[in-house]
Amino acid sequence: MFASIAGIIERDLRLAFRRKGDVAQVLVFFVIVASLFPLGTGAEPNQLRAMGPGVLWVAALLAALLSLGRLFAADYADGSLEQMLIGAHPLVATVAGKTIAHWLTTGLPLTLLAPLIGLQYGLPGPALGALVASLALGTPVLSLIGAVGSALTLGTRGAAVLLALLVLPLYVPVLVFGAGAVGAALAGLPHAAHLSLLGAFLAFSAVFAPWATCAALRIALD
Amino acid sequence: MGAMNWGSVDAFLDMGGYGLFVWGSYGVAVLCVAIELLALKARARRLGASAPGEAR
Amino acid sequence: MGQVLSTPDIGLAEGSARGEWWLRYAAPQAFFPLAGRLIPYFALLAVLFALCGLYVGFFAAPTDFQQGESYRIIFLHVPAAWMSMFLYVVMALWGAAGFVLNTRLSGMMASAIAPTGAMFTFLALWSGALWGKPTWGTWWVWDARLTSELILLFLYVGFIALKASIDDPRRADRAGAVLALVGVINVPIIYFSVQWWNTLHQGASVSLTRSPQMAATMLWGMLLMAAAAWMYSIAVCLARVRLIIREREREMAWMRELGESRTWAQ
Repeated sequence: MFASIAGIIERDLRLAFRRKGDVAQVLVFFVIVASLFPLGTGAEPNQLRAMGPGVLWVAALLAALLSLGRLFAADYADGSLEQMLIGAHPLVATVAGKTIAHWLTTGLPLTLLAPLIGLQYGLPGPALGALVASLALGTPVLSLIGAVGSALTLGTRGAAVLLALLVLPLYVPVLVFGAGAVGAALAGLPHAAHLSLLGAFLAFSAVFAPWATCAALRIALD
Repeated sequence: MGAMNWGSVDAFLDMGGYGLFVWGSYGVAVLCVAIELLALKARARRLGASAPGEAR
Repeated sequence: MGQVLSTPDIGLAEGSARGEWWLRYAAPQAFFPLAGRLIPYFALLAVLFALCGLYVGFFAAPTDFQQGESYRIIFLHVPAAWMSMFLYVVMALWGAAGFVLNTRLSGMMASAIAPTGAMFTFLALWSGALWGKPTWGTWWVWDARLTSELILLFLYVGFIALKASIDDPRRADRAGAVLALVGVINVPIIYFSVQWWNTLHQGASVSLTRSPQMAATMLWGMLLMAAAAWMYSIAVCLARVRLIIREREREMAWMRELGESRTWAQ
């Protein structure tokens, strides 16, 4: 089972490596969106610091959302997804592998880049730490839930916007506690509880989301 | 018993100054129900029958 | 109704084989006339409950000390919010039934419920806004219940949009069922998150102070209106599922005639 997953991860990472532009696009989008908010609301430092946690989390969320389209689309288009469905590896292993690879090429880079953007918002050290920790726990959940949405909307009309519509409400708990963790750190309050809850979301979605994604893929490909 | 709440029809419609809000809510509710029922009728008509619930 | 050229439904076959009289209604052909017979009774019950509820709400319940007459919106707002959540759960249950029993009717029922559920969600939001304005001074209050209702509206719209975007009805039904089940698991999590978020940011809470006697009367009013909304929902959803059955059966007849598949979004 783990060998299958590792194999899929390796395959997807190699494919992503050939198209480094895709990964870069997600990061550039994140930076651009984070830059838009001060332009829209004014650059008063206290205001920026106060809205930093929320803005950075929303920007990361939207960047992760935009990248979901390519989770299954390429394999669906050239028929390899159907091969995976009937192939030797269990489908849930394929789904798990692809989700992990997606996080490695989307969520992880975002998590590593976020502190730099956090500096633009004047977030102090502890808040930046909370930002990295919350994103590290939260972005995998975004990939896991996003995979379900991506599988449901496979090949449908207007898939990108529909995907956003389906998945964004489900992202709300992650956003609330992710941004909440950074906000608490900003106020000097403990944020271990927030991170624990994020960890719980991660555990829960890691167990259940791949099965939902498998069901959705079977529905889409039958 | 209950009519003691309201001195007159005017008082009833006025709702202690909050008439706009109270009737704005209940009015929109009636509107939504009407739209829902009309939409069902229109859908039935598109199918080529007169009203839903008729052909048993 | 004409020729119904469709594949035999498992419910019909199983029901006859095992002699369980209610399983035969899992077949759309059998459910259609049953639904038609039931609609008038539920419609009548809806009207009766509504009249009683409105009487209690406007004539039996006294004026609120702080909020005056504006609190009477509660007899619409709270039942609408209850129904919006209840209908979503029922919709998800029909989706689950579709997976377990593999019946076509389940997906049709889920599709029939969604618009009504969305309507109640909208009414909860609208009445919440109109209640918030005189009470809190603004048209929108980011309190836990209203924000959760807003997200619930997004979930309904997403469900309807997903079904509308998939041409094949069977695939649409099953995709919708997965989405509804994922959603129903998430609704308590979302509600809990928003509750927590609300207390943190010390948002306003749309609530009332009330004496015990008043509380009993108010509860009766809300329960009666909720019963009215429930009866109304059943009547409307049965009517809508009959239309869906006719649309889909007709579609299958066309498929046989023309030998090609078509979208049924005319």
